[in-house]
Amino acid sequence: MRILRAATVTATVTALAAVAAGCGGGSGFGGGGSDDSPTSLTYWASNQGPNVEADKKILGPELKKFEQRTGIKVELEVIPWPELLNRILAATTSGQGPDVLNIGNTWSASLQATGALLSWDRKNFAAIGGRDRFLAPALEATGAAGKDPAAVPLYSLAYALYYNKRMFQEAGISKPPATWDELVADGKRISRDGKWGLGAEGGQLTNNIHQAFALGKQHGADFFDSAGRPTFTSDGAVAAVKQYIDFMAKDKIIAPGNAEYGQNQSLRDFATGRTAMVLWQAAATTFSADGMQPGDWGVAPVPVPSGTPGTGRQINSMLAGINIAVFKNTRNLRGAQKFVRFMTSDTEQRLLNKAYGSIPPVKAAQRDPAFSRKDTKVLRETLTRSAAPLPQIAGESQFETSVGTAIKDLFADAAAGHPVTTASVKARLAKAQQQMAQ
Amino acid sequence: MRGRTRLRRVGLPYLLLLPALLLELLVHLVPMVIGIVMSFKELTQLQIAHWGAAPWKALGNYRVTVDFDAPAGATLLHSFAVTCAFSVLTVGLCWVLGTAAAIFLQENFRGRGLLRALFLTPYALPVYAAVITWAFLFQRDNGLVNHVLHDQLGLTGDRPFWLLGDNSFVALLVVSVWKTWPFAFLVVMAALQSIPKDLYEAAALDGAGIVRQIRRITLPSLRPINQVLLLVLFLWSFNDFNTPYVLFGKAAPEAADLLSIHIYQSSFVTWNFGTGSAMSVLLLLFLLVVTAGYLLATSRGRKSADV
Repeated sequence: MRILRAATVTATVTALAAVAAGCGGGSGFGGGGSDDSPTSLTYWASNQGPNVEADKKILGPELKKFEQRTGIKVELEVIPWPELLNRILAATTSGQGPDVLNIGNTWSASLQATGALLSWDRKNFAAIGGRDRFLAPALEATGAAGKDPAAVPLYSLAYALYYNKRMFQEAGISKPPATWDELVADGKRISRDGKWGLGAEGGQLTNNIHQAFALGKQHGADFFDSAGRPTFTSDGAVAAVKQYIDFMAKDKIIAPGNAEYGQNQSLRDFATGRTAMVLWQAAATTFSADGMQPGDWGVAPVPVPSGTPGTGRQINSMLAGINIAVFKNTRNLRGAQKFVRFMTSDTEQRLLNKAYGSIPPVKAAQRDPAFSRKDTKVLRETLTRSAAPLPQIAGESQFETSVGTAIKDLFADAAAGHPVTTASVKARLAKAQQQMAQ
Repeated sequence: MRGRTRLRRVGLPYLLLLPALLLELLVHLVPMVIGIVMSFKELTQLQIAHWGAAPWKALGNYRVTVDFDAPAGATLLHSFAVTCAFSVLTVGLCWVLGTAAAIFLQENFRGRGLLRALFLTPYALPVYAAVITWAFLFQRDNGLVNHVLHDQLGLTGDRPFWLLGDNSFVALLVVSVWKTWPFAFLVVMAALQSIPKDLYEAAALDGAGIVRQIRRITLPSLRPINQVLLLVLFLWSFNDFNTPYVLFGKAAPEAADLLSIHIYQSSFVTWNFGTGSAMSVLLLLFLLVVTAGYLLATSRGRKSADV
């Protein structure tokens, strides 16, 4: 009996450890893809719409269209964001991936480094109509500088400032802020009686990174040097992070409760009139879903230190979006290329980007009037003029986690009323930098 | 003929065990061995596609992991301490609650069935749905917890944060105990059924009160079950991943940074699969030692009690 019990326990421990220690196995790839199964493709789409079902509804008819034209059947799987990166990594390890897939454009260089994705050299680009069809800034988020891209831009996005017109009117503010000083001043006028000037998602690591990166650019900081080494404790980086945290800690225009937001609660606060401004990528559909009328909110470019958004120190957004990539060991290379060509065709670009509220990275498709509405126009102009891609380095994922967590912790300090100083910001960022070096 | 019968009699049990053994090997041992191999390699996303050919790092990953002066080791040590405290408290509270509830429900009264069902609800709910609900309850501004503690009872001066800072440990503990204690309740309740009623009747005749009956009859009879129960509860809470992950996401606050999350972060967020594997192997060794020590101690205790 005792032996049996010991055996049971040992088995349990082994099982638990196996779960903790185990990672899938695999032997890697054969190489450059083939055309063994020319009549079918698997496609992993990222979850772009409000939910997976909505994505299937949007993509389904398009995939049918593709099948009718080419005779190639596309098996679609829509993968929620939190799972996508790990699914891709598992596929990379096992070599058992889809033929075509979506990746977040900030992951391009990381995934390029795994060697699992097809390189888009001149020949491959020619198969989808050439590199020139795409917006130049969008191409910057397709892989490390100086290398052939590992993916092709599909949906592009940028940050904008969304503001509640009625709350502005009530506070006697006539136009949205164009500089950070104006934003703080406006925010202070609004922040009273349970209402707040600006919303934030303090617990959302990626959002923290996006905000800090754009502010960092304005302070002349890149978070990495030209050799790809982290420079999180540079004066500019520290100043940028401190400026963002100070909106809560010093200026008190962000509600302390926002420190724990991580599931887009700040958008709900905006829609219900508790917060007057949010910095967000394409939020229009969410606001409508939360009961706001399109006339209730306005859209303006994200503020800059002074003047108007532009290049260099006037960058006011990270370059966000989704890329489409081909798995190197696809068994239908030609079909995969045809599919990428289809998805990046002018017609599909217009249609899909309209459905998702994003901006087409294909120049010709941008001429559609849908991308000249007040909100899409701001996003489009930001993309072309004043958005920069996050550092295209292999360790981008680590950067998001380590610095994103540092900012989350700083927000927690600010919310709890602990002082946030240049030294405390620098200490948190120094810890993040040490974690990168592990 | 006789030899064949004997062979069949001796061989048959092994033959019957074979499929389970093979599956066990495939599902548990193979990944574990791969995990151990990985812990000796330099493995990031750069090598993951050809991980078999990744460069050897010998004990390098372990050295980084246990260098408690460097950030990686220091945070791991902190995480280990948090996990130990969390596990001991979770196991203790679950056991006390489960045993108390099981003894309470031994009496036959109206509504007993309903209460039993009610107590078991947390056990039957999908973990994700339950924990995400708790995350909403613990929200500072809109959560029910602060609404009751602050608005209604006035127990706290200001609305505290539960999912940030030091309080996050309390939040994690509450959810974990809430989720786990019904299991202890279920096991103890089942064990109580097997204690002969006449023991209690005889004790009552001799004038023993309820407290004395619990101390002299119930608890000693539960001992063998408790030994297993406590161990299982400990292993569960020590390895719990779902609760902190759903409650805090990828980056838990320092006060609630359990080892499982820590290892996940190292392996799947920062893509240091080598160090992640090394941490897992150390965790495995620790749990093996604790389990072996525990089994040895309890079996020795029982032997001396038997004498």
